[in-house]
Amino acid sequence: MTGGTMTSMQRTLTALGQREPDRVPLFLLTTHHGAKELGLSIEEYYSRAEYVIEGQLRLLEKYRADCLYGFHYASIEVEAWGGTSLFFPDGPPLCGAPVITRPEAIDGLRPPAVDGAAGLQRVLEALRGLKARVGDTVPIIGVAISPFSLPVMQMGFDRYLELIHEQPARFERLMEANIAFTVEWANAQLAAGATAICYFDPVSSTTNIPRQLYLSTGHRVAKRTLAQIKGPTATHMASGRCLGIIGDIADTGTAIVGVSGLEDMRELKAAANKRVSLLGNLNGIEMRRWSPTDAEAAVKRAIAQAGRGGGFLLADNHGEIPWCVQDEVLLAIGEAVERWGRYPLDWVDGWTDEA
Amino acid sequence: MHALVEPFRRSLEVLDRVGAERIFEEALASATPIQAVEGVVVPALQQMGDAWEAGAVALSQIYMGGRFCEELVEKVLPPSDPDRKHQPRSAIVVFSDYHMLGKRIVYSLMRASGFELFDYGRMDADELVQRAVADGIRVLLISVLMLPSALKVREVSTRLRAASPGIRIIVGGAPFLFDERLWVDVGADAMGRSAADAVTIVGGWMEEMP
Repeated sequence: MTGGTMTSMQRTLTALGQREPDRVPLFLLTTHHGAKELGLSIEEYYSRAEYVIEGQLRLLEKYRADCLYGFHYASIEVEAWGGTSLFFPDGPPLCGAPVITRPEAIDGLRPPAVDGAAGLQRVLEALRGLKARVGDTVPIIGVAISPFSLPVMQMGFDRYLELIHEQPARFERLMEANIAFTVEWANAQLAAGATAICYFDPVSSTTNIPRQLYLSTGHRVAKRTLAQIKGPTATHMASGRCLGIIGDIADTGTAIVGVSGLEDMRELKAAANKRVSLLGNLNGIEMRRWSPTDAEAAVKRAIAQAGRGGGFLLADNHGEIPWCVQDEVLLAIGEAVERWGRYPLDWVDGWTDEA
Repeated sequence: MHALVEPFRRSLEVLDRVGAERIFEEALASATPIQAVEGVVVPALQQMGDAWEAGAVALSQIYMGGRFCEELVEKVLPPSDPDRKHQPRSAIVVFSDYHMLGKRIVYSLMRASGFELFDYGRMDADELVQRAVADGIRVLLISVLMLPSALKVREVSTRLRAASPGIRIIVGGAPFLFDERLWVDVGADAMGRSAADAVTIVGGWMEEMP
């Protein structure tokens, strides 16, 4: 929290209530940048919860954001299923070899217990540590990959698409196992101190599957899963498009939708119709070459297009700021939000998009 | 044959294999296999690629449709068929990261369009440069999903241009869609916005290259 009359939590909750807080909440979803702050490699950084706690707290203060992010890396969930993660010096860890190497293996698949997974336990420890430091003043975001999107890492995207289309019974069997795991994992994070769960579900995006298929698969899975998660959720498309299904996503019971930089925020805001709040949609890929002036212009554009009336949290469009994005850009984003994000946003009336 | 493109595309989009096969056979009744491929399959896949770029068709439809087209074309135009486009020597690779779907889609569409090309699977820079030089590759298609992988294409393009002057490199994958300048920054000759786009670009290069 900086310079406002509200805490980050109050600001966020007001925006999610479709009302205007003191300024636009900034959800700067930095992860590996914590390793830079501590002078550690990415692998070393994620090896101990205290590093992540310290890294997140430093990033919160440095960039003037309104949330803490408990996300480590996506494949940490697959580690729980027996998979591995591959670490790199300059980007997010990636999933190693698939844990489901043939569709028949799904028949005997059992969800792993969260308390038996070392990586997940480190995340929970980090969440507990963050909660102890900030209490209820700053939202702490936990992350669960949706049961419907997890198979991309469990078995590979191509084999998963073939499974969905060609082996519906096995697809259902896989969803049963994954839903049980995701619910346990999400609720463990809420119990550890997460304020809300970011439910990453990029496969459901219309970039990846058509709406009709979504309604009979990812949508159904989300409704079942979110109903069992004991806290608020944000459904994130991880850069994928969602304009054509945003009403359907709202029907799943989620509170927030993470939207793509490929879609127009004005159209998204109208389609959301106050049923869900928007999280987005700064372009994290272009961000690598932004100047502070570019950053300011992008922040202004997003706020002008989606800020009024609340229901909007400014963030990148993927759910993670790339490692190569420079400090000066992230600092400029924070400064631009301070300058242009103060409600009632009177300047928007005279704003013209120069992009 | 032009009238068959639209119904063929619609069949692919709803995964109607029977319908698509029937339309393709109808095309074959009045054309050679390569004419049917170029007159029906290629334009239908290009339309689907354009529709995906516009957000009107999903990746799953492109993948399943492309895979089916690859099977169809394989039957009438096996790898040894002289009508297959073997030149210039081409290869496709997933570079640095481990996300294989994009490469599989492009490979399927290239083959469904009558091209033959090496499938290098997944490689890092050293292995890719060595293999491309050894194979005498003149057109290299590089697929990535992650931004760090995309940025590392710069090293590959620099080394390959030194070792194989005249080589052409086309890149594709999510990071390039989100930053219009990225393909230039990493030293590529072109970017494919969709798999069908890659087919069109490489087809154009074929006509230019001796």
